[in-house]
Amino acid sequence: MRAAQGHLNDVIRFSAVDGPGNRFVVFLQGCNFDCIACHNPYTINECDSCGVCVEPCPEMVLWFDGRHQVVVDDDQCTDCGICIDVCPSDSTPLSKMVELDDLLGRIEEVSHFISGITVSGGEPTLQADYVAGLFCSLKCSDKLGHLTTFVDSNGSADRETWDRLLPVMDGAMVDLKALDPGTHKEMTGVDNAAVLDSIRYLAEWQRLYEVRLLMVPGKNDSPEVVERTARWLFDVDPEMRIKLIGFRQHGVRPQFSHIPEAEAAHIESLAEIIKKVGIKELVVV
Amino acid sequence: MNMEEFRIRTRQVVNDPTLTYHQRKHYLAGLAEGVLEYPTLSEAAAEALNKQIICDLFEGPAPYRGRYILPNYAKALQNGSAHLELDAPTDLDEALNFLLIMYTQVPSITGYPVYLGDFDKILEPYVADEDDESLYRKLKLFWRALDRMLPDAFVHTNLGPHDSRISRTLFRIERELLQVVPNVSLKVDPDLTPDDLILDAVMTVFETGKPHFVSHPLMVRDLGEDYAAVSCYNSLKIGGGSHTLNRLNLKEVALLHQGNIDSFLDETLPHYVELLAELIEARIRYLVEDAKFFEHDFLAVEGLIELDKFSAMYGVYGLAESVDLLMEAAGKEGRYGHDEEANALSYRIIERISTLVADRPMPYCEGNNGRAFLHSQSGIDSDLEVTAGTRIPIGEEPEMFDHIRAVAPHHDLFPAGVSDIFHVEDTVRRNPSAMVDIIRGAFREGMRDFTFNLATNGFIRITGYLVRKCDVEQFDEMGGRHGSTVFAAGSVKNSHVTNRYVKRVLSRESSPRAPQ
Ligand code: SF4
Ligand code: SF4
Repeated sequence: MRAAQGHLNDVIRFSAVDGPGNRFVVFLQGCNFDCIACHNPYTINECDSCGVCVEPCPEMVLWFDGRHQVVVDDDQCTDCGICIDVCPSDSTPLSKMVELDDLLGRIEEVSHFISGITVSGGEPTLQADYVAGLFCSLKCSDKLGHLTTFVDSNGSADRETWDRLLPVMDGAMVDLKALDPGTHKEMTGVDNAAVLDSIRYLAEWQRLYEVRLLMVPGKNDSPEVVERTARWLFDVDPEMRIKLIGFRQHGVRPQFSHIPEAEAAHIESLAEIIKKVGIKELVVV
Repeated sequence: MNMEEFRIRTRQVVNDPTLTYHQRKHYLAGLAEGVLEYPTLSEAAAEALNKQIICDLFEGPAPYRGRYILPNYAKALQNGSAHLELDAPTDLDEALNFLLIMYTQVPSITGYPVYLGDFDKILEPYVADEDDESLYRKLKLFWRALDRMLPDAFVHTNLGPHDSRISRTLFRIERELLQVVPNVSLKVDPDLTPDDLILDAVMTVFETGKPHFVSHPLMVRDLGEDYAAVSCYNSLKIGGGSHTLNRLNLKEVALLHQGNIDSFLDETLPHYVELLAELIEARIRYLVEDAKFFEHDFLAVEGLIELDKFSAMYGVYGLAESVDLLMEAAGKEGRYGHDEEANALSYRIIERISTLVADRPMPYCEGNNGRAFLHSQSGIDSDLEVTAGTRIPIGEEPEMFDHIRAVAPHHDLFPAGVSDIFHVEDTVRRNPSAMVDIIRGAFREGMRDFTFNLATNGFIRITGYLVRKCDVEQFDEMGGRHGSTVFAAGSVKNSHVTNRYVKRVLSRESSPRAPQ
């Protein structure tokens, strides 16, 4: 089944940080993790139209429509972000249901500038039908068939979900928050069995473009833990590409503002450990 | 200028501690030329010149050499030169030696050659016997000599569109030496230039801000196979050049205009376009008929330049302000670069100028069928509150895709060059192939030439050329306008620029006037 509409948070037409080459990135709304280190928490939940953001909007462009849904006048919105700051539900009034054809039109506009598209979020596999429909349309198109299709995922999808994407997906970037289930639960609210299985399954199908390790000080960044994680990844696939990312406070919710930022020197030392394990392709951010 | 003023100005130059000996000589020559009477102009043209609505870029009242000269170096190397008393080189050492000697004899408005040749092509016959290591060593010495002997940021070379061992070696040397000189353009043809060469160029941009990227097919369409980008984004014919470059300040024209947009396009604009054409014609005639440059210069005598490959450059600048002023007068809010209607108006203005220039016969311009070449002029350091060429004002540029979309339609109409600068974020360093995608896309979108600016390499790009950051003390946060004021040689504002290198490498094209 193809979903004709997807719930989009936003798109970025040019991105140099979401996979190989210049990419069009689609951010889907909604996530099934609740990560303490989330940099865009307003993509986590669906808006429940509580209306808290309506009054504070300085441009007065938010209001309730006839069905008591909070809507926005796009043309007048200045992207000030106040609505997102005041939202008690980690959501945004600015996300939209977008027709597949509209999205394809926007991609076509920039198609000669990009290597491909990356679907990110939120958690894109939660809208796997929409994503599969999008990728399928790209692959079948004369004009857009050259674009590569990537998914940036938290790894929570099961094998059936990946099976729907695999025929039309060129690669996936998967976050591994922690190898240890307890730590994973503490950092994301959920267990990591599905994530580990996704990594294995995608590697088996040679669609695992990279695994991202976000180092959060005091949580998952001890040398011993990092070494074990790197070993596990190496055993899954010795050619594994790893991106090591130091935690930054940017965008993180106020209740987690006490978490210190990662120190560059420490990240460098962890990078050395990962290399020693035998990982050849390591990108440090 | 009366005699007393002349004395004071001359004395200032002679005693200016910020100028080197060569720079003093250059400005002294300018002062001497400056006392001659100007070629005869109509009263209207003289007044417009006086008010800087039309501008001769301080080329001087008695042109005695072409502004931009592109010698046919391949021919010189093949035939040798009687004037230089040099036989045709037979190996790479002789060829590099030949070129270094020849550069000292190539005139231009700045006194330095603005074009050094397409090295991948002109040196190709001499490198077959060189292994990679000796090629690298020889070219590196040559590259260093260029920087030290020709200290002007507008000295320019071209590479591409084909891949070559020479280009690869030169990019490597560029990344090692981090020099301002020479400026470099890479000609890119979507079918001929491999991704890998563009990638090598991109890695070089990350370190040095060079090269500049040029659409080979578009240039070939307008100028033929034998063209080069020289000086600061000026594209001209090899073996030819441009007699002069004068420019029209579109902001001033819009300020003087009273009436609606149609009357601007039908009356005010054509009036000033013709005044600038008159100025250009007078200057060309002086150069060719009075100074008789083409009758005595050895380049012409030996057939290394030919008059019928020359034309003149018709420059425009301040389009952004002109569009905004006209929009405002029409009671509209849209601004150039951000609003469809404002952009559409900008295209109408440039199309109108293009037609007027194409309809205006110009003497000694056989290099462009008897017409001047339209050029989007990227500014000099005394320009204040007026934007270079057809660019979107610095700091107001929209996101890159919209930026490219807005300016690309102009590129079609400027055979003698137009340039835009794209600011890219440092994150792209980790993903250089993203830049390759953007370069290819920009050319598909119709761009003719452009440059990238990265906040974190060791260079600052001014209107069109580079300076090294480490050479400028207390550099005042990005922004070309500030950067270029730094280069008003000898000015008070400039006094914090104390580094030797800044003094040594001037940009005479950008700072054409003697310091005051
Ligand atoms: S965006 Fe947040 S605050 Fe605004 S209506 Fe939706 S849930 Fe409420
Ligand atoms: S971002 Fe939100 S608060 Fe700001 S103008 Fe737009 S709708 Fe209003």
